[in-house]
Amino acid sequence: MSENIGKVVGVNGNLLQVAFENPVIQNEVAFARTGDLRLKAEVIRIRGRVAELQVFEDTAGVKVGDPVEFTGDLLAVQLGPGLLGKVYDGLQNPLIDLAEQCGFFLQRGTYLPPLEADSKWAFTPVAKAGDVLTAGETLGTVPEGIFDHRIMVPFSFLGKFEVISVVAEGEYRADATIATLRDAKGNEREVTMLQRWPVKLPITAYAERLRPTEPLVTKVRIVDTFFPVARGGTYCIPGPFGAGKTVLQQVTSRHADVDVVIIAACGERAGEVVETLREFPELTDPRTGRSLMERTLIICNTSSMPVAAREASVYTGVTLAEYYRQMGLSVLLLADSTSRWAQALREMSGRLEEIPGEEAFPAYLESVIASFYERGGVVRLKDGSLGSVTIGGTVSPAGGNFEEPVTQSTLKVVGAFHGLSRERSDARRYPAIDPLDSWSKYGSVVDADDLRAARTILVNGNDVGQMMKVVGEEGTSLEDFVLYLKSEFIDAVYLQQDAFHAVDGATDAERQKFVFGRLVSGLNQSLGFDDKTQARSFFQRLTRTVRDWNRAAMDSDEFKQIEDTIKKMVTEVATYA
Amino acid sequence: MHKVYRRIEQIAGNVVMLEAEGVANGELAELTTPRGTSLAQVIRLDGKRAYLQVFAGSRGIPTDAQVRFLGHPMEVSFSDALLGRVFDGSGSPRDKGPRLGGDQIAIGGPSVNPAKRIIPKNMVRTGIPMIDIFNSLVESQKLPIFSVAGEPYNPLLARIALQAEVDVIVLGGMGLKHDDYLFFRDTLEESGALSRSVLFIHTAADPTVECLMVPDICLAVAEQFALQDKRVLVLLTDMTNFADSLKEISITMEQIPSNRGYPGDLYSRLAARYEKAVDFEGAGSITVLAVTTMPGDDVTHPVPDNTGYITEGQFYLRNGRIEPFGSLSRLKQFVNGKTRGDHRTIMDTMIQLYAGYRETLEKQAMGFRMSDWDRKLLKYGQQFEGRMMDLSVNIPLEKALDLGWEILADSFTPEETGIPSKITDSFWPKKSAADEPKEEEEEEEEAAATA
Repeated sequence: MSENIGKVVGVNGNLLQVAFENPVIQNEVAFARTGDLRLKAEVIRIRGRVAELQVFEDTAGVKVGDPVEFTGDLLAVQLGPGLLGKVYDGLQNPLIDLAEQCGFFLQRGTYLPPLEADSKWAFTPVAKAGDVLTAGETLGTVPEGIFDHRIMVPFSFLGKFEVISVVAEGEYRADATIATLRDAKGNEREVTMLQRWPVKLPITAYAERLRPTEPLVTKVRIVDTFFPVARGGTYCIPGPFGAGKTVLQQVTSRHADVDVVIIAACGERAGEVVETLREFPELTDPRTGRSLMERTLIICNTSSMPVAAREASVYTGVTLAEYYRQMGLSVLLLADSTSRWAQALREMSGRLEEIPGEEAFPAYLESVIASFYERGGVVRLKDGSLGSVTIGGTVSPAGGNFEEPVTQSTLKVVGAFHGLSRERSDARRYPAIDPLDSWSKYGSVVDADDLRAARTILVNGNDVGQMMKVVGEEGTSLEDFVLYLKSEFIDAVYLQQDAFHAVDGATDAERQKFVFGRLVSGLNQSLGFDDKTQARSFFQRLTRTVRDWNRAAMDSDEFKQIEDTIKKMVTEVATYA
Repeated sequence: MHKVYRRIEQIAGNVVMLEAEGVANGELAELTTPRGTSLAQVIRLDGKRAYLQVFAGSRGIPTDAQVRFLGHPMEVSFSDALLGRVFDGSGSPRDKGPRLGGDQIAIGGPSVNPAKRIIPKNMVRTGIPMIDIFNSLVESQKLPIFSVAGEPYNPLLARIALQAEVDVIVLGGMGLKHDDYLFFRDTLEESGALSRSVLFIHTAADPTVECLMVPDICLAVAEQFALQDKRVLVLLTDMTNFADSLKEISITMEQIPSNRGYPGDLYSRLAARYEKAVDFEGAGSITVLAVTTMPGDDVTHPVPDNTGYITEGQFYLRNGRIEPFGSLSRLKQFVNGKTRGDHRTIMDTMIQLYAGYRETLEKQAMGFRMSDWDRKLLKYGQQFEGRMMDLSVNIPLEKALDLGWEILADSFTPEETGIPSKITDSFWPKKSAADEPKEEEEEEEEAAATA
């Protein structure tokens, strides 16, 4: 145990002032002892002989003079087999084990090991004695659910290491030595299946970083077709409350075409995490036929849990994502919501009495957000395989106004922007991603010409709609009116999607290509109508039919039948000039 | 015995500072002046200096007031004897009943482990169609009522309290007008619900600091009842007053304000309270309904804005009606799939068409010619507002759904509603031959009148 002990001299909310004598390290972890409790804290500022610590717990009961143990370690997570399927708080405390031990409430000062050291894993060696390896290279594998979990040379090992021995194939405890390595200076080091890594530093044990190009299919039509996300890319979803940020994240966490999903619920509602927690074990992953929980890891630091741990939770999430990326997997990190994390920074900055920036957020907000999103990416690993971390973060701007610091700082660094609009959600047009304001720098799953055509219809149709508000329907030409109806039609049958419907809720890339192609080619024909009433009623019927089509499974007879009906409907009004 | 201090160094706002030893953060103290005794709570420690927030306010405090630290944080007594009683914001009786003994429980306790929560599954029926059909209230939900001052939010709250099927009602009043307090008490008493209610009332005339205590006390008590397997409904009115008290204290403490003077941790403070709403695995539940008045009808004001991000939806009360736009129950999909097959369809369709009606109203106001479709929408919208949205409508969910189909069928053909054919086939009302002609006549007259 560490012998470096300080003494509390001040308490202000969750900020402690601690007088110390021996050296302390910026950002090191410390424990404040009060009564029988040990409260975890992190050093965030040092002034003279007084260190300022943010405590990850409620500080009620802390007295001036209470001892504080400095550990000498930075805030770190434990990495190893068995992480998937777990539910952690922001400091990697296993919540389900905590519930067994403490009951209904999160008792402060109780910390449990994130992984069971005595769990047994079937190890298959890959490296052999005499191999020379560097950090991140594989020593062997253990099966974890559907994956081969790589046991790697710990990321903290600098330089080249010669393998002296690797244990034979067999069952070993997670904390048993499975390999012995020797560094250039001849020091021998033993390696177990477990390793630790400080959360605020990115893991860089890969060969090179690549540009994200391959689309990541989320099965949300408006995303994949209009505002796609790439594997290893980053995107953000800002939106006012009630616009459907969380539902969109939940749908993505279910259907996204990735190997591992890490959900970092940061400062949001507990109820939403519970949904995932209770439902995922029951749901099957269509890719593997196994439970969705086997590919999911939940970090949850909900809004009523200690504020300081909120900041830690997004870093814990991204570090675990990087760990699985190192195994050649594609990982999706969903952070909901990054604004809460920014607010946690703001609270702390206020207590430290730093000079506030815009809306009292600290001046370093922008660089902190940028360096977080920069941890996403596609990398080529040292064995040549590819791994990726895709980051999707929601932003909850105050008053739904995107001009605020968190949204603006985020937009500067992400590759796609899915802006949710209050107008669309009020009109129950879900998902409420604004088709005109949003953007993406990545490539779509559908044909580029079709996409351009559809965009033109949407933009021009919206213009006509705006105009019609001023000049009225009677002041609009039939041609313009049809254009308006077309844009409303695309909106109703393609952009809108029923997240709770088994078929409509998830549209795969193949279906998107097919359906989108059909719709656009139909709309590209010139359609002849006698008057506006006829046009309106035609599009009402067409909308209804295509909605039925969306709800039919693609391999069903119904799908085929409706497709024919639609063709017939369009042919009846098409004019061949 | 606890040491008594007699030298206050600083008095600013409702916060006093004195030098003391061995004081714990959050500890309670008793402050005695010639005018009486008040509780105070330690909110900051700085070396020897302890800052105390005085519940009764600092008015009339002499620098030689007697301060005695009690060695424990704020607590409230809990037993079944609470039911039927009225207390103030520091937990003292406001009715003529005795002080309570019983177990002392700490307020503002730790948060519930998410792993011990369950997905809510029970609908709380209110008999108000705008809630039951369109935004169902769900057991364990936390939901604010956003309202402008002057709207009948307290009567609405009282009505929900009386009609909702729950075991215990905990009412927290913050900055409540005395009349409103009496209104709640009398309404609960008349309907016989007072015997299953506890009231913690801070009126507008009481010291500000006590206002801060009300939500914590209410929720701590609610939590104890819920752990005894009771379904508890917590009503809080008005949370904006609570937030304003927070603002007052934080400015007194010279904290840097973040937005319109509110402290940067407003979100966390509100969340810590609202998140007490819970459905315990293997025990009872807490449902929280809270009024948030919006200063200047501005939903982007920090209090409603932060609240909206915390709660599971919101009801907008405007012009005496629950607005369908903006109002939202995030948990509704857990329950409205299990009521009746047409619930979701009616919910979505009626709102979409009502949105169309609003657009048409705008067009009409600008003097544009009304198309046939516009006239249909106008007729529909008026019916919807009159027969469904009115707060006085009090019918069970099933009747309300039938009413929905009736209203739709009065104005539209099945195709025009955009409802999938499978559903209209089974639910579209088949008009009975007897009363059909008469109704049609009336409608034509109405349509002619609007045209």
